[in-house]
Parts: sequence; structure tokens; C-alpha cells
Amino acid sequence: MHDLIRRYGTGLTTLFCLLVAFWLLVLIILPNFSMLFESFFPYLPVADQGGPKDVFTLGNYEKILANPIETAWFGVPVTIPIHVNTFVDTVFFSALVTFMTLILAYPLAYFLAKVASPRSIPTLLLLLFIPMWVSEALRAFAWYIILTFNGPLNAALKALGIIDQSIRWQNGIVTSYDAIVIVLTYCYVLFMLFPIYTAITSLDTNQIEAAEDLGSPWWRTHWRVVIPHAKPGIASGCVMVFMLSAGSLLVPTVVGSTKANWFPQTIYTWFNDALDWNTGAAYSMIFLLVCIIFVILMMRLFKVKLSDIAR
Amino acid sequence: MSAGIDLENVCCDFGSFRAVDNASVSIRPGEFFSFLGPSGCGKTTILRMVSGFIEPTEGTIRIGGKDVKGTRPNQRPTALIFQNLALFPLMPIWENISFGLEVRGVDKATRRRRAEELLTLVDLPGAADKMVSQLSGGQKQRVAIARALAVEPQVMLLDEPLSALDLKLRQHMRAELRAIQKRTGVTFIYITHDQGEALAMSDRVGVMSQGRIQQIAAPRDIYDNPVNGFVASFVGENNIFEGEVGPVSDGMAGLSGPHGRFRARITPEAQGKQVRLYVRPEHTRLTGTAAAENSVEMEVTEVAFEGAFISVHGVAAGGKRLSAEVKNDGVTQVPEVGARVFATFDAARALLLPDANVRG
Repeated sequence: MHDLIRRYGTGLTTLFCLLVAFWLLVLIILPNFSMLFESFFPYLPVADQGGPKDVFTLGNYEKILANPIETAWFGVPVTIPIHVNTFVDTVFFSALVTFMTLILAYPLAYFLAKVASPRSIPTLLLLLFIPMWVSEALRAFAWYIILTFNGPLNAALKALGIIDQSIRWQNGIVTSYDAIVIVLTYCYVLFMLFPIYTAITSLDTNQIEAAEDLGSPWWRTHWRVVIPHAKPGIASGCVMVFMLSAGSLLVPTVVGSTKANWFPQTIYTWFNDALDWNTGAAYSMIFLLVCIIFVILMMRLFKVKLSDIAR
Repeated sequence: MSAGIDLENVCCDFGSFRAVDNASVSIRPGEFFSFLGPSGCGKTTILRMVSGFIEPTEGTIRIGGKDVKGTRPNQRPTALIFQNLALFPLMPIWENISFGLEVRGVDKATRRRRAEELLTLVDLPGAADKMVSQLSGGQKQRVAIARALAVEPQVMLLDEPLSALDLKLRQHMRAELRAIQKRTGVTFIYITHDQGEALAMSDRVGVMSQGRIQQIAAPRDIYDNPVNGFVASFVGENNIFEGEVGPVSDGMAGLSGPHGRFRARITPEAQGKQVRLYVRPEHTRLTGTAAAENSVEMEVTEVAFEGAFISVHGVAAGGKRLSAEVKNDGVTQVPEVGARVFATFDAARALLLPDANVRG
């Protein structure tokens, strides 16, 4: 603090502190507290607001346990409330998206950091960035067109003789979430790539060579030397991609099938269609809390510290 | 088990730049061999070719008589110690040391035991469970040596491993390295730009310049009988005189130039070439009167006390800088600054040498 004042003067330092305080307080903490507060009160007509019915309740939270349906997970039949089912699907497929981006991004990040010649790096990074100059909405619609029944993907696969019948991609082949997983993976792969790329760049190439010199095959060098070094980058990439995917509203809305429900869509329905902001707020709180717990559990499982991610 | 290494006409190009030019050398099993040269002379490239990280553009490398062309570093019986050591900072010391054994599928208990044996060998017992960051520079050095020894290499390759250490530790590790080499009998190839290191540790030294091996000989020979001006100048100090060489008889020849007429030894290889006369400061005496031959008058400009000897610098006619070492034996007279003396040397101690052996 004294250092800041000495360097920038009292005026600028006060401005910095006020801006940070405004951002934290007004843009993050207050809205969240307001949501938390709202979530404990019932949705009432204007006339009843402030009246005897406007009392503290957990009713909004209980709604998620209503409407049980019959479904099957990996062939095992289960009876589960419909919104909890959506919730579980969202977390599961977001984790799958995270895994897919990791599988795609790690080799690419390693290539960029250690294999590609330094002169070609700016060009390669530019090529990776260009698609990101188009808005996420347009990219989602582009994928809608690519995956559509009479679209270019089916045409190309048929022309190559890989399939003879067009596939309804949006309905899915493996699960009804195929299209969402594909497009989310595409949208967020760079959020995985860059933290890993940065982490691997800081690895001394001599360590890779030392491992090889000691007789290590390539996979063991990655397993014992490169991946442990890149772990903080991998962890922060995973947290980012997971949270972004789980929170995505646009992609599931554009490319999702009628059978694929994403939890943010459920929340959106409460806010926008039912105009029940109280229940929407309760659902948002549950979602936020469970996602944070999930991330913390995963970090425990892979022995990642919070300070590693913040680096 | 140790293996010899043969380089036969090895060349290595990086684009249009020739880093190593026609290098041939036979390193014997169990030998401590040093490549000595300034930075950029190609010595590290030779090391990386032997370890397998670079393929030679031309020529053959044999390890233990076997051509290793196309063999990856992880399949060669060599172990490289990197200049920055390249220890694995995320593994404890014992896992660092036994990494090569882990790769070979050795079980954990054996690995652990072997790591502790090696730590004892490099005089660092009890460090098995420490992390790399907890060790000092010299200790890391020992761990790097232990890690390389763990895979029982037939050849150890060392890329200026002592350059990051302070002077005292460096001198200690020199002796240590030499002792470990003798104990294990492994062939050591040592890369350095420090002539003291190369001369003190090696069985033989290869002096390199601009991608070429200039001379391969025992340390003593390198110093006393350098084959050309580069080797003479890189390894030690010299007084150098230019001139025209006269007829040769009995391995001696005359040289007449701007500083007078001299007589010195000449090797058969130097005959017929442009040569200069090289004589070491410790072989240069200072006398009050001119000797019968090989005497140059100079004015003393600086007298530096070095302990065992006194280094006297002076300027001869035409601004020629000369130096001589006077023994601090209490008998030999030390001239004062400004005195006019004669720098004199024996013909048998002076050499007529061509310049460095470069391409073109």
C-alpha cells in the first residue's frame, strides 16, 4: 500500500482502490447477495408483496426435487426429479467437454511450446485466434449449419463414403448431448490451450532431454516430467472450461436437441418464461454451490492447490 | 563397463553454418577426455552428437565399436550431465537418481536402495528424501552425477557441469569428478572452456576452434608442444614475434623480423608455412645485458606481484608488448618500472608455429 502511494501518488492510488472496491462490491458481491436473499422468499403477485405471505421459506429450493421422471443412466433405470436429472447431465457433460478439450489442447500446447520453431509461433497463434474474433453466437450458428441434417458434414461424410445415410447429429448418436459436447469443446478449447501452453513454455527443455537421455520413452517423459510441471496450467484450464461449459446458455439453446436440457436453460426458463426470479435465484445458488464443490473435489483428487491455479 | 568412442570425419551443419568440421578422434575406454575451446567452437555440438540429440551431417560415430547412426538418446549407453544439470525439481532426490532405473522397470525397493548407494558414492548420504530446491549448488552437482551413474552408462558426457559453481567448490569438484571417474572406470568426455579444468583433470585434451579439432594430446603436451598459434594462445600466455622464417636445420630455424633475429624450434608440420614465434612468459628471463641470441630490449611498464612469481610487463621497440615471469626466490633480481632490460629466452623453449587450423 505504501509502495503504491509512493509510486503513483495519493490520488491515483485512491482511484485504483475505489475502482477495485466498486468492481468487487457492486458488480460481484452485492448482486450475488441480492440473489441469495431473493431466493429465500416466495414469488408473489405485487399485491401480496410485503404482506403476510411474504415470509422466509426454503420452498424455492425444494422445487428442484419435484416432478420425478423415469430415465436411464448407462442402461441403469433410475427415477429422479427432472431438474436434478438436467443438473446431473450438465455437470457430467461439462466434465466430458473439459476432458475433450484437455485431450485436444495438451498435444497442441506441447507442440507450440517445445516443438514448433519459435519463428512460426506468432503465425500459429494468430491462426488459432482468428475464429475467436467471431462472436460465440455466430460460431454456434455456424455449427448448427454444419451439423444440420442436409448440412456440409453429412454431405462430406457421404461423399467420402464413410456413411451412406445422413445422421441427425443434433439428436445425437451416442447421447442426445453429442452436438452440445462437440460445439462446447470447439468454443472453449483455447481456454484450455493457453494455460497449458504457458505452463509448458516455462519447462526447461533440458529436463525433457535429460529424461530421454536416461532412457525414458516419450510417454514416460510426459507422464513424469512434462505433465507434473504443466499441472497448474492443466488445472486452471480445466476449471475455466468446466465453469464456462456448465454455465453456457447460448450453445445448448442453438445446437441442443429437444431431448438435451442444460441447467442454465432451466434457470433461464424460471427467470424469463415463468418470471419467477426467486426460484431462478434459488436454482442459480444451488448450481453455483455444487459446481464449486465439484471443482474443489476434483482439485483434491488430482492434488492441485488453489495457489497453483492462481499463478 | 566402459566403452571407447570413435569419431570418423564427423561434420555437423546448422543450415549453412558448419558447427563441426571433419572431426576425428579415438577416445579409449575408461579415458578422461576433455574437449577444450572457446564458446561456439563446436564442442557442445560434438557432445550432443555423441549423446544422440543431433545427428551428424557426415561421418560416423561409434560407441564401443558400434555405429550409433539413427539411435535415439534413450537407446545409447551414454549419460549426459547438462550444464544446468536439468534435475527434476518435482521429484525427491532419490526419485531423480533412480529415474533411469524406473524407466527400466526396476521395482521401487531396489530403486530406493540403489539411489542411497549412489548418494553414498557421491558423498551425499541422507539426502534421499530432500527436494532439489533444498540442496546447494555443489550438492545438486553430485545428485546429477549420481543420476547419470545410476543407469550404469558406458560413457559419461559432461557439458561444463562446474561452470555455475564458485571457484573454491569448482576446484573441489574437479578432484571429486576425477576420483569418481577412477572409481567407476567409466569413460568421461568433458566439455569446458576452462583450460585449468581441462589440464588438471584429463588424460587427454582435444583443443577446438571454429569447429575443428586443432590438437589432441596429453595436457602436458598441449601446453609444452602446441601445434599451432591458436592452441599456444588459448592454453596459457605467450610472447609472440612476427618475421620471415629462415632455413631449417636439426629442427631449428631462424626468424628475422622487426624485433630482430631469433632462433627457435620448428616442427615438420610448420615448415613451409607462415609462422610466428611463441615463447611462454615463464621461459622468458630478464637480463641487464643482451645475450648472444634471442634477446629483445624493452622498457618495464608494470611489475605485478603474484606470490610465487612476479609478472613483469614491458614494451619493446614498435610498441611490442612483452611479459616475463620472475621467480620470487629472493635471488633473481626484479627490475623496477621504467628500467631498460633485455627479455631473453632459450631457442629450445621457443616454438615457430603456424596460425590456427581453419578451413578455407
